[in-house]
Amino acid sequence: MLEIKDLTVEVIGKEIIRDLNLNIEEGEVHVLFGPNGCGKTTLLMTLLGFPNYKVTDGCITFKGVDITNLPTNERVTLGMGMSFQHPPEIRGVRLGDMVNIAQGRKEETIDEDVIALAKRLNISVEFLNRDVNLGFSGGEVKRSEILQLLAQSPDFIMFDEPDSGVDVENIELIGVIMSELLDRNKMPSKREKAGLIITHSGSIMRHIKADRAHVMLEGRIACSGMPDEITRNVMETGFERCVELCVRSKEVDAE
Amino acid sequence: MTKKETIERAERAKAKKAAFGEDIAIEKYASGEEHEALNSLDEFPEEYQQDLLDAGIEPSEKDRSGSFLQRDCSVVFSTAKHPGLELMSTTDALKKHDWLKDYLWKAVPVDQDKYTADVELGQTQGYFIRSEPGKKVTMPVQSCLFITSDKTGQKVHNIVIAEENSELHIITGCSVSHAVNSALHLGVSEFYVKKGAKITFTMIHNWSPGMEVRPRSAVVIEADGAFISNYILMTPVKSLQMYPTAYCVGKNARATFQTVIYAHGDTKIDSGTRAVLRGEGSRSEIISRVIATDNAKVIARSDVIGEGTNARGHIECRGLMLSDTAEIDSIPELKATRKDLDLSHEAAVGKVAEEEIQYLMSRGLSEEEATSVIIRGFLNVDITGLPEGLARETKKMFDMSLEKVT
Repeated sequence: MLEIKDLTVEVIGKEIIRDLNLNIEEGEVHVLFGPNGCGKTTLLMTLLGFPNYKVTDGCITFKGVDITNLPTNERVTLGMGMSFQHPPEIRGVRLGDMVNIAQGRKEETIDEDVIALAKRLNISVEFLNRDVNLGFSGGEVKRSEILQLLAQSPDFIMFDEPDSGVDVENIELIGVIMSELLDRNKMPSKREKAGLIITHSGSIMRHIKADRAHVMLEGRIACSGMPDEITRNVMETGFERCVELCVRSKEVDAE
Repeated sequence: MTKKETIERAERAKAKKAAFGEDIAIEKYASGEEHEALNSLDEFPEEYQQDLLDAGIEPSEKDRSGSFLQRDCSVVFSTAKHPGLELMSTTDALKKHDWLKDYLWKAVPVDQDKYTADVELGQTQGYFIRSEPGKKVTMPVQSCLFITSDKTGQKVHNIVIAEENSELHIITGCSVSHAVNSALHLGVSEFYVKKGAKITFTMIHNWSPGMEVRPRSAVVIEADGAFISNYILMTPVKSLQMYPTAYCVGKNARATFQTVIYAHGDTKIDSGTRAVLRGEGSRSEIISRVIATDNAKVIARSDVIGEGTNARGHIECRGLMLSDTAEIDSIPELKATRKDLDLSHEAAVGKVAEEEIQYLMSRGLSEEEATSVIIRGFLNVDITGLPEGLARETKKMFDMSLEKVT
C-alpha cells in the first residue's frame, strides 16, 4: 500500500530524514519507536505532504501512485488520514463541523449521524459544539482526532502519539477504536486498512496489535523486528541499547 | 431645551468637523425624491426586492411584529401588528406624543458635529419604535432605510424606547440600490432602555462603494436594563465612521456589542464602540471581528469607561488580514475612575494560519475551501441574547452575507 524509497527530507534547510526505506502492505500495522527529535513526526508530516517538509531525494508511492509531490488533500482523497499530536485551534470551527468535513459532507448542522459517531468516543453534543482544539485537554485532543478519523475512514492511517496525555480509561477506548479503524478485528486475510503508529511511551501497544515495529534514530530506521520483542527491548533497555541488540542479532544471523 | 435653542445649537455646529473620519461635503447631496406610500412590502419595486432581502427584511412580513420602510426621504410603509408596539415615522410620532420631544437629542448631543447638526436642520424622517410598559414584543420589528436615487442625502432621526419591563427585538437594514453611484446616509439613533427592559438590535449594513455613511447612535440603559447590538457589514462602502455609545446609567445595566466587518475593495471604515459604566454593577461586553482585504482600511476602536462601583467591562477585538495593501488599526481603550471595578481587553490581529489550512486539508479540503472555512469561522461570533427563532434567523442572514464573500 505504501512504499517509501530512499527518502531524504529537509525542514527549513536542515536535513532531518536521510535515505529512509519503509514498506507497509495492505492489512499491516507498523509501530515506530524513537527518541524525541529523531524524525518520527517529520516522517508523518512528509507522508501527508505538508509544505514545510521538503523531499530532496527519494520517492513515496501510495496505492501505486507516486505521491511525492501531491498536495495534502489529494493524498487524503487517495485514502490517507492522520491523527495529529498537536493539532491547531481553529476559532469558530466546531468539532462537529470538522466531523462533517472529514466525512466529506456539506452539512452545516451537527446532526444525528455526527452525534451517534461521537457517542462511541464518549463525546457529548456539548463538546461537539466547542471550537475545535480550543482549550481541549490532552486526552480530549486524542479523542477528537480519532473521532474525525472515524468519520473520514481512511485506508491508511497515521497516528502521532495517540497515547500521550491520555488517562488509563481513555487509552483503552482509543485502542478499541484504533483497532476497529485498522481492521484489527478481522481475519488477517480480510484486512484492508493499514497504519503507522508513532509512540514514545509504547503504552498504546497494550491495546492494539501491530505486525511490525521499527526504531528510528537520527533520521533513519535503525532496526526493525517483531513488535513484542522490540517493544520489550525499548521499554527495558532504551532506544539505543535496543538498536545495539538488534544489530548484534543480525550479525549472529549472518554468521 | 426648546426647539429654538436646539436649532440655534445645531446652527452653531454646522461647520464642526467630527472627531474621527474624513470630512464629508454634505452639500454635495440633495434631499431625495419623494415616493408614494405602499399598501404592502410586496408592492416595493421588483428590482429592489433582493436588496431588501439582503438587508434582512422579510417582504411577506412573516414572523414580524411590525415593518417600517423608508425610501430615500419618504416613509413608504409602516405598520405595527403587535399589541403594545408602536411603530411610525419620527415625524408622526412627534405629532402624536407631546412628551417625545424630551427624548430628542438627549442621548446624542445635537451639536456633537456637523452631521448631527445637519440631521436637526434638514431631517428627512426616520423611525420611532416603542414597546409599552411590561409588553414583551418577542417577534422582531423590521425596519429598512433604503436609498434609490443618486446623490441623495438621507438624514434620519430614529428614536427607540423600551418602556419599563418591556422587550423589543429589532432587525434593521440599511440598503442602497445598484443604480446609485453616490449617496449620503446620516442616521441619528437614540435608544432608551428603561428599568428592567431589554432591546436587541441587529443591524445589517448593505452599502455600496459610492456610499458615505455617518451613523450617530447612543443608548441610555436604566437599572436592570439590557441592550444587545449585533452589527454586520459585508459589502464595500466608500466611507463609514461611527462610534455608538452605551451609557449604562442604572444599577446592573448591561450592554453587549458584537460587530462583524468584512472590508474589501477600497472600503474605508472607522468603527468604534463605547460603553460608559456609570451604574453600580453595570456591565459591558464589546466583541469585534474585522477582516480586511484588497485595499480596505479599517480602524476598529473600542472604549470602556468605568465609573460605577463593581462595574465590569471587557473588550475582545480580533482582526484578520488577507492582503498586503489592506490595513487594520485596532485601538482598545480602558479608563477607570474608581477602585472597585474590573476592565479588561484583548486584541489580536493576524493572518490565516498556514497550520490551520493544512489541518483542514488533511481532512480532505482544498486550500481554497480550507481558507474559506477559516474565514467563516473567524467571523462566526455567537449571537447571544436573542430569542431562539430570531437567533436562527440572524444566523441565516449572517450566513447569507457570508456567502457573498467566501
